[in-house]
Amino acid sequence: MTERTRLTVDPIACDGRGLCAELLPEFIGLDDWGFPVIPARDVPAALRADAAAVARLCPRLALRLERAER
Amino acid sequence: MAGLTAPAAANPQWLWFLSRGSGLVLLVLCTAVVVLGVATRTGWAPRRWPRFVAAELHRTLSLFALGLLALHVVTAIADPYVSIGWAATAIPFLSPYRTLAIGLGTLAVDLGAAVLLTSVLRHRLGLRAWRAVHWLAYLAWPAAFAHALRAGGDLRTGWVAGTIWGCAAAVAAAVAAAAVARPPARSSMRWRSRRALTFGPGARPGSRGSTR
Amino acid sequence: MTAIVDSTRAPSPAGRILGPSGLPRLLPSDLAVGVDPAGLDRHLARHGARPCCAGDWRRRQRLIDEVDSAGLTGRGGAAFPTARKLRTLAAGPCPPVVVANGVEGEPASVKDKVLLASAPHLVLDGAACAAELTGAAEVVIVAHRAACETVRRAVAERRQVGCDPVPVRVQAAAAGFTAGEASAVVRWAHGGVPAPTGRPPRLGGPGRRPALVQNVETLTHLALIMRHGASWFRSAGTAAEPGSMLVTLLGAVARPGVYEVEPGTLVRDVLGLAGGTGQPLGALLIGGYFGTWAAAEAALPLPFSAAGLAAVGASPGAGVLAALPATACGLAEAARVTRYLAGSSAGQCGPCVFGLNAIAGALDRAAAGGGCDPATVRRWLRDVNGRGACRHPDGTAHMVASALRVFRAEIDLHGRGWCRATETAWVLPAGQGQP
Repeated sequence: MTERTRLTVDPIACDGRGLCAELLPEFIGLDDWGFPVIPARDVPAALRADAAAVARLCPRLALRLERAER
Repeated sequence: MAGLTAPAAANPQWLWFLSRGSGLVLLVLCTAVVVLGVATRTGWAPRRWPRFVAAELHRTLSLFALGLLALHVVTAIADPYVSIGWAATAIPFLSPYRTLAIGLGTLAVDLGAAVLLTSVLRHRLGLRAWRAVHWLAYLAWPAAFAHALRAGGDLRTGWVAGTIWGCAAAVAAAVAAAAVARPPARSSMRWRSRRALTFGPGARPGSRGSTR
Repeated sequence: MTAIVDSTRAPSPAGRILGPSGLPRLLPSDLAVGVDPAGLDRHLARHGARPCCAGDWRRRQRLIDEVDSAGLTGRGGAAFPTARKLRTLAAGPCPPVVVANGVEGEPASVKDKVLLASAPHLVLDGAACAAELTGAAEVVIVAHRAACETVRRAVAERRQVGCDPVPVRVQAAAAGFTAGEASAVVRWAHGGVPAPTGRPPRLGGPGRRPALVQNVETLTHLALIMRHGASWFRSAGTAAEPGSMLVTLLGAVARPGVYEVEPGTLVRDVLGLAGGTGQPLGALLIGGYFGTWAAAEAALPLPFSAAGLAAVGASPGAGVLAALPATACGLAEAARVTRYLAGSSAGQCGPCVFGLNAIAGALDRAAAGGGCDPATVRRWLRDVNGRGACRHPDGTAHMVASALRVFRAEIDLHGRGWCRATETAWVLPAGQGQP
């Protein structure tokens, strides 16, 4: 049983500030208009701590880290 | 200063100096926190610093200021030269010594504590509640500044006065710059669309209008 | 690229004479002068009294099973199985609220408005049945402004006689395309902004009852299934898509309007109901503004059903069939519709607002002869997909992708300064764009 984590963004809260992409460029990209593009796959284990920090730091509280046991 | 000796045991003046010194540094720190907060809000990002620097520094310095605040308050209360009383650290305008001046400081602490506490818990509170309380920071800083002016009192000393008024200038400049800066296109557009969506231009979201 | 629909062919089964299992089921079969089509007496004379659907858990489950075997799916565009929604809400701990979605923000579609104006009692019957089946405490009808008065009168008539088991409230719909989205309707019905709440849509919200949102046409079918049963419902349509559906026919047809058809009827016969076109057709927009563009000659011989239209990547959607004559410029129409959609977003999500704006700009440039970089536009279409709080960017991207496929030749022609169109009037309505 491995723990799977997903990073999701609330598109209504997100304002395209871009802090998340600065802090986690290995996982989060920006589209042509400055809004984060987050892949739908699981967060790699090595980046999990950083993803948690990014979710905490978003000034609009738009990011959420969801855990699921599989 | 040389004559300040109490009849009881050793009464070090270092408490007094520490209290006032920490107070001055605290004012500078709080000014930095407010200026960085404004910078975070407006998305200011100089070329060599990523955006998260302002946000993170704002948070880190505010926690540092909390520690320094503890020092400032404890040394002020513990100093036997002035009688303030522990209750006055939480409830404003209770101190027999310079009621207004100390009271303003307590007010600043109360407001600042509310801001800090809600920020620590903001993921549980949600964006709206957190933001509503965070606006109190614009009351907390002027209270702290007024406290510094009245309770500090070393304005005759050049560098102290320079520091205090420099802090005021920094906050005023930051707030003015944020006020005249054009809001990020994305957020202002959100409100325009929402307003037009509800009833046509000029209506406020949530207002009912005449469609019932 | 052209095809002609011949209106002199023998009438198809879709237009056969009214009978208990025949069409039309929902719309009035005749409109006698001086008689109010929306009156309660007329409704009772035609359909009879509404059967009571209340009762203990087992009885209600049996009735919901009846809806399940009838195979009723939502008629608002998403075609979600109605029985599943009813079951979920009936099993919930809290009595829900039934929200009848008659907003119909899509400018090309008028079926819900027509239904509410001509058969409001059938809609209200369906809402009452849904309320009894799910144990709801309240019914809210969100109706387009044009039909609001009729619906209010119908509700007042029923209140006098005591037809409805729960209080019924009528609310005028907000303007705008996204105001018809399910969570936006629920929020609007409870006094909030008519904007979607996010994915998954929160129908209810904190401290509120869960909401059963159904398109008004779905509710009319529910009311008739409760009267006549599942096998009656299945006597029309195909096995996979039973029952009848309302379609709005517009564009190059003799008599544009709302018609009731059986899924599986050929597209050319559906257009024949509106008197045919009498002129060569260029393209069809199938399913509404979130639907699919298709070349006329490819689409006309197909059955009008999800299974049949899949051959051109389309589906019935919101029940809209727009026929573009060969003399109109499909590229310009598509660009105009895209610009409308870009301007009518709720303005909540950056990728939708900025992305759709960029896509609309690209189509405008292509229509004006400035050429089009398909790689960039396709990247944008991929970027906006799924990144909004509702399906607005997804649906728009799907429509634009089909336009890029179908009008590729037009894009080339425009790039060289030519256009084959001679039609100067716009075919598709583009509502009032948002400022």
